[in-house]
Amino acid sequence: MGKSVIFNELTGLHQHVGNWPGKTVERAEGTLSFRGYTIDVIDLPGIYSLSTYSIEEMVSREYIAVEQPDALINVVDASVLERNLFFTLQLLELEPRMVVALNQIDMAQSKGISVDSERLSQLLGVPVVPTVAVKGVGLEELMARVVEASTRKMPSPPTIRYGREIEESIERLVDALRGLNTPYPRRWLAIKLLEGDEEIARLVYGLSPPVEEVVNGLREELERIHHHDVPSLIASERYAVANRIASEASSHVEPERTLGDRLDELTSHPVLGYVFMLGVIVAVFYGIFSFGDYVSGLMGEAFSWLRSVYEAQLGTGPVVTFVWDGLIEGVVAGITIALPYIAPFYVVLSVLEDSGYLARIAYLMDSAMHKIGLHGKGFIPVMLGFGCNVPACLGCRIMETERERLICAFVASLIPCAARSIVIMGLVAEYVGFQWAAVLYLLDFVLIFAMGRVAFKAVPGEPVGLIMEMPSYRAPSASVTAKRSWFRLRGFVYEAFPIMVAGNFVIQISSMLGLLDVVQNLLRPVTVLWLGLPAAAGVVLIFGVLRKELTLILLASLMGTSNFALILSPTQMFVFAFVVMVYVPCIATIAVLVKEFDYKKAAIISLAEIALAVVLGGVIYRVLPLLGLL
Amino acid sequence: MSSESVEEYLEAIYSFNERGELAKTTELARKLKVAPPSVTQMVQKLAEEGLVDYEPYKGTALTGKGMAIAQKVVRKHRLLERFLHDLLGIHKNKIHEEACKLEHNLSDEAAAALCSVMEQPETCPDDGNPIPPCPMDIEDCEQCAAVRGDGTFGLITELSNLKPGEWGVVSFVRGGTMACQRLMDMGLTRGARVRVVNAAPFSGPIEIEVRGTTLALGRGLASHVFIEFENGALVKERVHPHGPRHESEHGGWLN
Repeated sequence: MGKSVIFNELTGLHQHVGNWPGKTVERAEGTLSFRGYTIDVIDLPGIYSLSTYSIEEMVSREYIAVEQPDALINVVDASVLERNLFFTLQLLELEPRMVVALNQIDMAQSKGISVDSERLSQLLGVPVVPTVAVKGVGLEELMARVVEASTRKMPSPPTIRYGREIEESIERLVDALRGLNTPYPRRWLAIKLLEGDEEIARLVYGLSPPVEEVVNGLREELERIHHHDVPSLIASERYAVANRIASEASSHVEPERTLGDRLDELTSHPVLGYVFMLGVIVAVFYGIFSFGDYVSGLMGEAFSWLRSVYEAQLGTGPVVTFVWDGLIEGVVAGITIALPYIAPFYVVLSVLEDSGYLARIAYLMDSAMHKIGLHGKGFIPVMLGFGCNVPACLGCRIMETERERLICAFVASLIPCAARSIVIMGLVAEYVGFQWAAVLYLLDFVLIFAMGRVAFKAVPGEPVGLIMEMPSYRAPSASVTAKRSWFRLRGFVYEAFPIMVAGNFVIQISSMLGLLDVVQNLLRPVTVLWLGLPAAAGVVLIFGVLRKELTLILLASLMGTSNFALILSPTQMFVFAFVVMVYVPCIATIAVLVKEFDYKKAAIISLAEIALAVVLGGVIYRVLPLLGLL
Repeated sequence: MSSESVEEYLEAIYSFNERGELAKTTELARKLKVAPPSVTQMVQKLAEEGLVDYEPYKGTALTGKGMAIAQKVVRKHRLLERFLHDLLGIHKNKIHEEACKLEHNLSDEAAAALCSVMEQPETCPDDGNPIPPCPMDIEDCEQCAAVRGDGTFGLITELSNLKPGEWGVVSFVRGGTMACQRLMDMGLTRGARVRVVNAAPFSGPIEIEVRGTTLALGRGLASHVFIEFENGALVKERVHPHGPRHESEHGGWLN
């Protein structure tokens, strides 16, 4: 989407990313100084329509109608003019002061499409400015038009006229709505009521119940005349207008086959596509993990050097040690995860996204993801989860509905992230055997499959399938990638760091007060009796909520040796790694779940996973020797 | 090539395809009680007409258009079986053969009336197979009575049945409110021309061209969209990735 690129180009680094009040929809806001004006720019979500299909659509239409921005920029992709104009026409019905940025004109040209922006402007009745956002072309002109538009008294007129019967119904409904006080234009309300928009129906019928009868009457009449339901009539007519405008304002010649076309053929091929995808994913993970491993090793050394300097200066008194362990260690933990693993993850993700390949992955993985109750797009957060569950849960926003997001986040929080992989590899693969590590992963995938099915059944709402635009391939832009990765990394730091630091602090305090021994004893029935682990595992598992990869180090220090073969039987190792893998997502993930959903849902997910880990862990502890396996 | 024998062939291929299998020549020969060479010959003819995809040694699959014809006949067949069995009380062993004879002469209007009278039966009585969906843009039998008299219906099938290279026009969208809304917002409105570009394996999504863009559409969603084939139009553009597109025209024997 060119929209966020334009936003980034306009606001540079002066932007603030947050959420829409009460909604888990990202709201990016920035400022721009232009010819003496200071302009607040708000990035609205990327959507195709103004219905109630997704939360994004509802947030956007509410914002445009209620907040009434001074000017609205509608970014239209010139290479897919008709579909984009369908949305433009809907925006015009909200009667804002609008300017159209006709973006990606270079891309359109390479597809053999040339658009006459002046003709388009005449047909739509609003200014149209051709732009190439990634290169910054046309943005100066765009902002000049925006400033002009903001000083206009009258909003842009809605251009679209429907067929005679629909127009008559709209008129009659507009009459019936007279005197009703809502932020929305009456004509728009009338159209939405005819379309059967539930949100608007609730609003209007709440204010004036008799309108409902008028609407039902009109809908029935239209359906009797046309033999089709009204939403489909209106959508068809709207698309017919979009089609007419698009074909009047643009001309099309058959383009040469490009490299992108060939790449498309390869990457969505029923056999080679999967081979290619596997190659890409393996390369990405191998690259990120070896890079992360190397860099976090270097950082670990740097921090232990820093600590030795710190202790050399201030000594090793209890206060000095506590300041490091309780306060600084949380920051260290954050940095050694965020920079080496998360930062490259974001860069690679942005490149995959920008180039158009991410959509192909979603396409290829759709049927596999259906098995766990999700559709193809859900594979992307799941893939992210192997790196870290935090960006994975944030990444669930690409799913369109609340229902899909929740299922996706639940599944993603069960994915063995880098930290859990460290435990599995360092303990089970090292001491028990690589095949047992593989068994653990397999167990986790079975669990994910089963829990995905359960969530699919348990979460209310209409399941929706995959529907997405397949973008043409293009070369990703370095500046777009750099900016986007930076904003995401910053978001992660704001999100996860405070929690890591606070969590670390609380646990260090409890440790100093001797609370941990109490907890360890309280947990004894579970850890020792049911799971068959050493009592120290209780404390270890609590610390593990902060950072799962630390469980191994902590276990070693509590048991007094890092040769785990001396202190744990193979079965114990397997059970321990299983519990670490499944039990409660780490504290940063829980925080993201709270933020993306609410306390209740985050608690349900966490408790469900603890229960799963404990129950199945105990079962495994008993079943493995019974089968004579370990 | 009579329309009746074409319908018999498509019906037979359908019975394999609906179980997710390709129809093998020998099996088709057994089912239709003809010699395998004549099956091969006929299947090749059907492939030329763009009604089936035939892969030697593997078997035959219906194209979207072949599926539309087959669904129409199979629907009549299974409705007739229900009628003969439920309303006339004829024994299960006899209804199949009887329905086979009647199905080719039953008008679309009469089939719709049968469906309505029996309150939209979902499966046929002898083997419990599903009756193909109603090809009209209606919500209940009340609307059926108003619409079905308009003449014969077009060739309609779900978008999910179309093979890469085939195209048709959206007739209507049926399903949950949200799914319909989304499909229409993405341009799959009545009258939109849709071409299937690619289909992912393991019943994955299909890639379609609609309104100048390419969309990926899950099979489930695609089965909500009903596509009509324009009579006499070019329906099948053979995909030749390395050569010019070859278009074949079908005969005028339909309906």
